[in-house]
Amino acid sequence: MKIEENKAILWTGDNPLELESGGSIGPVEVSYETYGNLNEDKSNAVLVLHAFSGSAYAAGHKKKEDKPGWWDSIIGAKKAFDTDKYFVICSNVLGGCSGTTGPSSIDPRTDKPYGLNFPSITINDMVEVQKRLVDNLGIKRLLSVSGGSMGGMQALAWMVKYPDSINSAIVIAASHRHSPQQIAFHEVGRQAIMADPDWNGGNYYDKSVPAKGLAIARMVGHITYMSEQSMEEKFGRQRKDKGQPFKFNADFEVEHYLRYRGDSFVKRFDANSYLYISKAMDQFDASKGKTLESALKGHKYKTMVISFNSDWLYPSHHSKEIVKACKRAGVDVTYCDIDSKYGHDAFLLETEDQEHLIKHFLDKVRKDL
Amino acid sequence: MRDWSKIKPDHRAILENVDARSSALDLGCGSGELMEILSEEKSVKVQGIEIDEKEIRRCVAKGLSVFHGDIDTGLSEFSDSAFDYVILNQTIQQVKNIATVMSEAARVGRTVIVGIPNFAHYIARLQLFFLGSAPVTRSLPYKWDETPNIRSLSLKDFREFCAEQGFRIDKEFFLSGKRRAAVLPNLLADTGIFFLSKRG
Repeated sequence: MKIEENKAILWTGDNPLELESGGSIGPVEVSYETYGNLNEDKSNAVLVLHAFSGSAYAAGHKKKEDKPGWWDSIIGAKKAFDTDKYFVICSNVLGGCSGTTGPSSIDPRTDKPYGLNFPSITINDMVEVQKRLVDNLGIKRLLSVSGGSMGGMQALAWMVKYPDSINSAIVIAASHRHSPQQIAFHEVGRQAIMADPDWNGGNYYDKSVPAKGLAIARMVGHITYMSEQSMEEKFGRQRKDKGQPFKFNADFEVEHYLRYRGDSFVKRFDANSYLYISKAMDQFDASKGKTLESALKGHKYKTMVISFNSDWLYPSHHSKEIVKACKRAGVDVTYCDIDSKYGHDAFLLETEDQEHLIKHFLDKVRKDL
Repeated sequence: MRDWSKIKPDHRAILENVDARSSALDLGCGSGELMEILSEEKSVKVQGIEIDEKEIRRCVAKGLSVFHGDIDTGLSEFSDSAFDYVILNQTIQQVKNIATVMSEAARVGRTVIVGIPNFAHYIARLQLFFLGSAPVTRSLPYKWDETPNIRSLSLKDFREFCAEQGFRIDKEFFLSGKRRAAVLPNLLADTGIFFLSKRG
């Protein structure tokens, strides 16, 4: 599999990106990776869209990294996103902290990191950046856009915003707008970060980072990504660190796991990015107050919607809402509610089922071109 | 093109009587066998609803569009007359709220196609009478403890149901294996295929 790591400056300080909020930002630099080869007529490109804490590193296994790319299980030669057939693109989102312009980037006006001077961003702004990247690569129409969780929300944004630039969309474990429960969990995360004195109004880049707050935010996140059953099977009531002197040690396995996950997240993720991106997700409404049906009406692409029956954060009935809107709008849609015990995490773990569905779906899309 | 003589008789009866390039919704589409035939042989734009995840996988492998869900609730999401045909082939014997599903099918489709196994087929009657056992036949292949069917009905029962519920039978086909059963269908046909429309 041919892998390329790239950077592109898509907007400059003089010609900034106009944002949905009314603000603007420039320059905008994007970190992206590509897998496989773009064919001659540029008709085999698939854009994969990462979730909240993901990055452009979607496939392969780099020497400098501990783990393979976040969707390596289904991107590669002979896999669902078969790099022998497709040219797979993944870019880090606007507002992120893995190479694309975000709150930790240097503000050219001050030569310091933006911090809270970074403008508010939305899922649609992220898609705007992806669209220009795709345009710059000379691709007029993507074979597919695909992603899970926040990636699924971006896929929906593509379906509404750029219907003529895609042949298909795969929306996995996503919602077309967040429920109060989803917003509530994000708010707990944001409050944990902002309550950390080290956060310092978002201005911490030359000091110590708000590690405690960000770690707690991540711990909450991980709870919402698992099902009761998967926690039971993974941890039970097993104990760790017996007989330590302090009363509130992480003596249960689950506590230990959450602390470990929280601490390792701090090493790779920026607290301000957490605030900006989580807010973008909460404010997302694919059809902007109209019915989703009316926003999808008349579009010719094919759609596949996938949910997992133990996912309580992005529950199956949210996916069914999307499917219903597609049906009523006359958009070609296939829906599968995969039987899984892993909760929301299933979209990264239930690879065998997704592999089958995605592979055949893309085959059909390609044949119908 | 496939050899039509090798197509299952019930599928063939449906295939021969639908319009080319029409649209259809197949309720309880299983592995998508009928959908694939309609799509390939008559370019019918067809979608399916199926409850079993394994069958969904098979449909997707055939490149078909399917919704994972149950028939009882899946129909209400479609607008009126969204399809030329709504197909319930070998399905209604497994449906819980049959009157509701049939009336919803007639709302969503201009024509409703129903295929049923005949419980009053003479072989079933003979088995029941002489062997004293619940019948196991070509169209009712399951033993009582393995059957997915929650109701048993004859062709006569179904015609009466149609009359009561205000369905007009526009076409009907009675099959005995690969042949048509022209006379005494409720005795000699193992399967009935009905093309229905709602009166008025």
